[in-house]
Amino acid sequence: MTTGSLLVLSAILFTVGVAGFLLRRNAIIAFMSIELMLNASNLAFVAFARQHGNLEGQMAAFFVMVVAAAEVVVGLAIIVSVYRARRSASVDDVSLMKF
Amino acid sequence: MINALEIQAPTIEWVPLLPLILLFAGAVIGVLIEAFVPRGVRHALQSALALLTILGAGAAVLVALADFEPAKLAMDAIAYDGPTLVFWLLLLLFGLGGVALFAERAVGDGQSAFAASAAAVPGSPLEREAVRLKREQTEVFPLLLFSLLGMLLFASANDLILLFVSLEVFSLPLYLLSAMARRRRLLSQEAGLKYFLLGSLASGFFLYGIAMLYGFSGGLKLTDVAVAIDSQANEGTHVLLILGLVLMAVGLLFKIGAVPFHAWTPDVYMGAPTPVTGFMAIATKTAAVAALLRVFYVALGGAAWDWQPVFATVAVLSMLVGAVIAIWQNDLKRLLAYSAITHAGFILVAVTGAVEAGEGVFVSSVGAVAFYLLTYGVATLGAFGLLMSVRRAGGEATLISDWKGLGRSNPVVAGVMTLFFLSFAGIPLTAGFVGKLAVFVAAFQGGYGWLVVVAIIMSVVAAYFYLKVIVAMWFQSLDEGTEVVVVSPSPWVWTVVVVGALATVILGLLPGGMLDVMNGFSEFIR
Repeated sequence: MTTGSLLVLSAILFTVGVAGFLLRRNAIIAFMSIELMLNASNLAFVAFARQHGNLEGQMAAFFVMVVAAAEVVVGLAIIVSVYRARRSASVDDVSLMKF
Repeated sequence: MINALEIQAPTIEWVPLLPLILLFAGAVIGVLIEAFVPRGVRHALQSALALLTILGAGAAVLVALADFEPAKLAMDAIAYDGPTLVFWLLLLLFGLGGVALFAERAVGDGQSAFAASAAAVPGSPLEREAVRLKREQTEVFPLLLFSLLGMLLFASANDLILLFVSLEVFSLPLYLLSAMARRRRLLSQEAGLKYFLLGSLASGFFLYGIAMLYGFSGGLKLTDVAVAIDSQANEGTHVLLILGLVLMAVGLLFKIGAVPFHAWTPDVYMGAPTPVTGFMAIATKTAAVAALLRVFYVALGGAAWDWQPVFATVAVLSMLVGAVIAIWQNDLKRLLAYSAITHAGFILVAVTGAVEAGEGVFVSSVGAVAFYLLTYGVATLGAFGLLMSVRRAGGEATLISDWKGLGRSNPVVAGVMTLFFLSFAGIPLTAGFVGKLAVFVAAFQGGYGWLVVVAIIMSVVAAYFYLKVIVAMWFQSLDEGTEVVVVSPSPWVWTVVVVGALATVILGLLPGGMLDVMNGFSEFIR
């Protein structure tokens, strides 16, 4: 099996992630989009690992999963505290500082 | 086929890695202190522990210096070479300054700059209760140590995955710290959220760049990429290489705060607690620049023709946008943020030059950048220390209009601040001048004369907004109705300010020795 189709899928997922981050207003969804970007990278890592016939890419995917979990902990803590203070999770509302 | 039984246990060189291990141990002990030690003694214990940990790590670096031999440690994951040592020592120095600013309580009426209870909703009964009981978050010290550990790893990583992991290790604590200010908490939480979301986006790009470089070279070590570039040099353009190069540059330039990836800088500098801003401003920049130099010189050095024009453009944009927008700022923390963007541009000028140490080379790019970071760092930490101690009702007096007339009411504070600002502006006889000179010479030797000309013009533009603050301090008087007091800080902050001022003067008058040392330790292991 060639890895080309996997890489195309990975690129599509990454693009969807970036677009989601830029277009959606809810902080949680923006954050989910970032997770999608990380998982797109994981797919690329695994596809390349198969193409090169070594294990490094698969190992990298594991590290990325752990880091993504740590990022969720910190990210949700910040988003929840902002939500509790303002009763809103929209990124348009956090605009006390401009320019 | 790959046989799982062939995997061998990794070897770890304990002695040269001792600084990292000490920092990690100190941070973990700090977390345990939070769990088991009564509230009353935590602040003293945590600040002492953080201080001793960093001093111990610094001592470990210096001891290992005695029989220093460049090598790759921990199964080639960490490069232990001259630049690593220099950047480790710089980061530990800035970490010490950070601890001192974090530990300051005298300026805030015996309360630290951090929230009484970061989990409580601003303005809620729970928060008032925490304030009444004089609670404070002492978790900030372990968070600082974790962040510092990540920065040291980031500056020395020789492996793309370690690079990504350490990027997150040093960023995640900073996102939290930014959101933990005692006063103006909504602003602080906003800063934390913006920093977190944009920072994660940048690390997402960074990671995809790593995946592309892995696809290009088939390995995760920096050397693998360099070898792949050499061996495939004649096979036309490589989409994967260019994609990986650009995406990794996005992630690193975001951390450095260079235009067009600077949008987070002013908001985070302004919203974050001032001690965090001071630490983050210089330590993040140092770590990110160190990693940028290593990735682009060691791994992507063979593709220098591809990235040099990109960095030259980013450098010009950073200097221009930072210097021009700073003119209209009326808040000192925001002004220092735009100043940081300009300084990122000046650093990138030297990075673009890409000269290595050798015969007839006055200063290498790495040496110039390290010296620049030292001069910029001591002045930054000192300036934020002073910013903490000039206060008005309800917190720090960060508006420029609050600083009017300070030269008459408190000539010492105004004088030292003037010194730091002159150093930022690069006026001769201060350290900042020598730093600028070093990066300009490095870029000139690298064949980027036009960039040096642009940079000199930009440093004149940038001098304008620094002088604006100096003029406000010495030649204007405070507006009616505003009351600003200079609270005498504790020895913690005094030490930072005095060391910063002394270093700024000494490095400005006698830079030779330090410049030689940094130049001597500027060769990357490949």
